[in-house]
Amino acid sequence: MTSSRVEQTVTYVVLALFSLLAVAPLVGVLLAAMHPSGALLSGISLPDSFSLDTFRTAWSEGGFGRLMTSSVIVAVAVVAFTTVLSITAGYAFGTMRFPAVDLLFYVILTGIVVPFESLVVPLYYSFRDAGLTDSYWALILPQTGLSISFGTFWMRAFFRSVPPELSDAARVDGASSWRILWRVLVPIGRPAILTMVLLVFMWTWNEFLLALVMISDDTHRTAPLGLSAFQSRYGVDVPGVSAAAVFVAAPVVILYILLQRQFLRGMLAGSIKG
Amino acid sequence: MVAAERGRRWRRPRAAPAPGQPRLIGYLYILPAFAVFAVFVIAPMIDGAWISLFQWDGVTPGRWVGLDNYRSALSDPAVRSAFMHSLVLVLFYAALPIAVGLGLTALLSHSRVRGITAVRTIIFLPQVLAAVVIGVSWKWLYDPQGPINQLLSAVGLGGLRRPWLGDFTTALPAVGVIGTWVTTGLCLVLFMAGVQRIPLSRYEAARVDGAGPLREFFAVTLPGLRNELAVALSLTVITALRSFDIIFVTTKGGPGTETTVPSLLIYQRAFVTGQVGSAAAIGAIMGVLILALSVGITRLVEERR
Repeated sequence: MTSSRVEQTVTYVVLALFSLLAVAPLVGVLLAAMHPSGALLSGISLPDSFSLDTFRTAWSEGGFGRLMTSSVIVAVAVVAFTTVLSITAGYAFGTMRFPAVDLLFYVILTGIVVPFESLVVPLYYSFRDAGLTDSYWALILPQTGLSISFGTFWMRAFFRSVPPELSDAARVDGASSWRILWRVLVPIGRPAILTMVLLVFMWTWNEFLLALVMISDDTHRTAPLGLSAFQSRYGVDVPGVSAAAVFVAAPVVILYILLQRQFLRGMLAGSIKG
Repeated sequence: MVAAERGRRWRRPRAAPAPGQPRLIGYLYILPAFAVFAVFVIAPMIDGAWISLFQWDGVTPGRWVGLDNYRSALSDPAVRSAFMHSLVLVLFYAALPIAVGLGLTALLSHSRVRGITAVRTIIFLPQVLAAVVIGVSWKWLYDPQGPINQLLSAVGLGGLRRPWLGDFTTALPAVGVIGTWVTTGLCLVLFMAGVQRIPLSRYEAARVDGAGPLREFFAVTLPGLRNELAVALSLTVITALRSFDIIFVTTKGGPGTETTVPSLLIYQRAFVTGQVGSAAAIGAIMGVLILALSVGITRLVEERR
């Protein structure tokens, strides 16, 4: 008993230490953002007085109103397209049999590991030729293309987990496959769909390289791109840059804290298991 | 796993041909997704492979050079050193976090911890942050006036103070440590969840057989974590090989080319120095490498099972 109590204590101490390591840099950034804009900081220190002025200044100087709007537009569009396309494709891959079904699934699955690093060069020149750089489409379409891989993989796993009796019963009643999908299966698949929505939102919100390559005008810049530009311009203003970093991190972090179970389930199980 | 799935499907023919239920309708359901995937993922891959066969500055017509871009990529010291840097980053992003994660898991494998959810939320937090945010934050942590140097002075190690990201000897390891910070939580959460699924009876059996902690680890814990290990390995190695965002924000590949990695070379060559063909070749090599690694790691786990 005693040895197990010692073990328990060690466990908690170790876990506390690692939590501290994970969170300390973020607390440092948060504290830095509470100092007056432009203040010269040396190391981590508590602000003299609590003020959100730096957030206000950074928001207007960095144009974060517009940046966040662009990011929301892109993320919502990618999530919407990915969700619909992945549900229909996952449904077919998970419940139907047709020639080459496995081959087609594996082809789509490769997208899970294809990095944007390998695609940006050809994507940029194709979009440039089509006159579509500096547009939201240049961000929405490629990201939808890559997200579909995970989405299809994830929804297929869900559809396979549903007892076939459910759709059989509806089929006997004369329901079409389309109707079975949206009336019977999608409603019970809400938790799986939510996980997919959250992950795709996070990936899209955080994407940097594609935006860096595709976007050069102010109107279509996304938040991470704006943060990087803000840092190059106001690098010495540590409080200001920290506040800007908080803006970019906030939407995903808030969602994560509220819905962490869904995040963890997707990120831990949803990786390479094909 | 494929065989197992196939077996399952034969036993339970889900889409048995029912009246009004032609299975070929499956093609219609996958068509939209497949079309988008084909146009924005498959086509660029083929296009990239095609571009990589030319010497092209992105503006004037390119000149066909066959496999020269690949040949020179393999002999170019800049490309080689970039891949070497990636290899170093793999140590920091993958090897170190997995070793730490496994060590801790072995240490903690007997205690069933309560209240782990809160800890897990915090430890996992770096996973959801934008890499740009992480880079911006760590750039300040490593600053000459930043918290890390402050901490060193505070504990009497002021002699070690330096601009970590600007120093030729420390820049690459400093970037690596950022990766370690990001992926350790992932490994820890994965392994701790996995170890809770190993039946306690296996540990008891090992103990009855007289296994010490070390043998217990190799005989019970490690085999029990095979799946988690594969997931952790693929995710962290891929993160290490990509790692564009963090490096672009913290060092831009410098000082000199100390922290230049292949993804950064792709960006520089395609969009700064007008060597688009070479960039496409490096991109293709990276893509194939990552695909091969993921397939290889998965295979390794499947076969041993």
